[in-house]
Amino acid sequence: MTRELWKGNEAIAEASVRAGLEAYFGYPITPQTEVLEYLSRRMPELGRTFVQAESELGAINMVYGAACTGVRVMSSSSSPGVSLMMEGISYIAGTEIPAVLINVMRGGPGLGNIAPSQGDYNQAVRGGGHGDYQPIVLAPASVQEAIDLTVLSFDLAERYRSICMVILDGSVGQMMEPAQMPEMQPVQRKDWEWATNAKMGKRERRVLTSIYLDPIQEEKLNLRLIQRWKQIQANEVRYKEYFLDDAEFVIVGFGTAGRVALSAVRTARQRGIKVGLLRPITVSPFPHEVIDQLAGRVEAFLVTEMNSGQMLEDVRLAVKGRVPVEFYGRMGGVVPFTEEILHEIERITTSKLSLDENPRDAWFERMMSSR
Amino acid sequence: MTTTAPENLVYDRPEGFTDTPTHYCPGCTHGVAHRLVAEVLEEMGVLDKTIGVAPVGCAVFAYNYFDTDFVEAPHGRAPAMATGIKRVLPDRIVFTYQGDGDLASIGMGEIVHAAARGENLTVIFINNANYGMTGGQMAPTTLPGMKTTSSPNGRDVETQGYPIRMAEMLSTLDGAGYVVRRSLHDPKNIRLAKKAIRLAFETQARGLGFSMVELLSTCPTNWGMTPVNSLKFVEEHMVPAFPLGDYKVAAGIAQIKI
Ligand SMILES: Cc1ncc(C[n+]2csc(CCOP(=O)(O)OP(=O)(O)O)c2C)c(N)n1
Ligand code: SF4
Ligand SMILES: [Mg+2]
Repeated sequence: MTRELWKGNEAIAEASVRAGLEAYFGYPITPQTEVLEYLSRRMPELGRTFVQAESELGAINMVYGAACTGVRVMSSSSSPGVSLMMEGISYIAGTEIPAVLINVMRGGPGLGNIAPSQGDYNQAVRGGGHGDYQPIVLAPASVQEAIDLTVLSFDLAERYRSICMVILDGSVGQMMEPAQMPEMQPVQRKDWEWATNAKMGKRERRVLTSIYLDPIQEEKLNLRLIQRWKQIQANEVRYKEYFLDDAEFVIVGFGTAGRVALSAVRTARQRGIKVGLLRPITVSPFPHEVIDQLAGRVEAFLVTEMNSGQMLEDVRLAVKGRVPVEFYGRMGGVVPFTEEILHEIERITTSKLSLDENPRDAWFERMMSSR
Repeated sequence: MTTTAPENLVYDRPEGFTDTPTHYCPGCTHGVAHRLVAEVLEEMGVLDKTIGVAPVGCAVFAYNYFDTDFVEAPHGRAPAMATGIKRVLPDRIVFTYQGDGDLASIGMGEIVHAAARGENLTVIFINNANYGMTGGQMAPTTLPGMKTTSSPNGRDVETQGYPIRMAEMLSTLDGAGYVVRRSLHDPKNIRLAKKAIRLAFETQARGLGFSMVELLSTCPTNWGMTPVNSLKFVEEHMVPAFPLGDYKVAAGIAQIKI
């Protein structure tokens, strides 16, 4: 198969079609709207379901209904729209059914702006909605990866009867890159043992619900969700390593922040600095183990994000205070330049770092004194 | 030798019901509405291909009572869930069962747009003029002056607004095929309600668009009335405020013979 030039959002839309998407429900919001527009043409062409919902509330509950029947179903949105979907996401988690959701994140909080951001990390990886659950969250850094992870998200959602979210920022959604599409998978209606697709003379009736009035039964569900999460943690952690073999310093960054960090790392290497990059692909489950191992042999970490240090906390949990963890972030829709990260690399490799300092506080002070 | 007259069975549990007894309060017409739906689905022979969507409200456990597949929606979102189901399984019969807080307040957006899109599904709408499940607060359908736990001095229309007439409102939408209001306060009206429910499901079975039957209902517990007095209240106070009638009967539906 050949590589073609694809725009991130349209690539995600076509990848979902090729993964056997049977129904899409969405609502316009920049910088995600191309997913909706692309599928409004593509889905009917293939005799599949497309509905522009009245709101993200409507969209996620249409997803919920269709997911109950066992078909491959998806919605996409951007930060404010995803906030509106949190009710439905929690219900889907509580009902233990698979669904895929794309979040092309933008600057916030509130209406914010339409520039690229990673401000929804905490909302995504901690669940965001009410109650105890953890979604699978994938974070692509290129158009090709957005395609591959979209396809993967359907498999993971089904395998673990879970919400699988793909979070990217507007720059991956909007950029054009050469990429290869997977082959078209045939739509397969799997007759899941849980699907409420009507008895049809074949079986006893089924019910799908997220209510467990008896606390003991609800706790059983909570335990079941954790059990499933343990399997996800054991089997599905994904990340990419760059120049880590002999690295003395490690940058950790996901999505676009990881991509910018990579070009900074390349330049630093040319200057002889022994720095490497760890780019989490599953930000949930988080790659704690590899960071744990690295913490035993490197001098310091630098976490770079397009937010105020959300993933930073996960890195610190894995490092457990053994070596300094430093932070550099831009917010509000500002994408860091390679030079900024390079400057940070130089700072951490040449100055004496403290183990006691709170990296977020220190970063904040540097930010404030530099303006 | 004695002869006994052959037994004449006049009342039985419809096949559309499971064996689970309902949890509704004595005299509550939720049970009546359930029975009518179960009878209609049985008579149409569609139990096997029906998927119900339960609301948040006193009918949250509707899924325990009907012998069909069921899902349970977030508060007000049943029409959106039903849309998702029906769009991917268009040959199934899909219905929602919703209260007035669920449908006319928190779920107003979902119901209006499901009707506007002409979603081919059936809505059973229980208007009991209050939020039954949470203990009788004011609903969008609470009558002016009616006392509830959140309008203790009676609904003051100056500050709390006016009742919403859903059947009338939805009937203005071109996507609506069959939209009517009936009442459950006496046997004659119950028979008329059953006929309407049948016609609503026939509308769906023929692909003629969105169908809704609004049913004026009682909530003796939160109204603080005996079951008999609450039926009288429906007849004397609710029927005048929410006139019974056929608000939308699209071409092709009136001719359906049942
Ligand atoms: C999002 C959300 N808000 C509020 C509630 C609490 N709640 C449960 S039932 C209900 C009212 C239901 O009233 P109605 O729809 O009229 O049904 P009835 O019980 O009268 O049949 C409310 C407000 C909820 N479950 N979810
Ligand atoms: S609270 Fe009211 S609506 Fe609910 S079951 Fe009791 S009588 Fe019926
Ligand atoms: Mg009510």
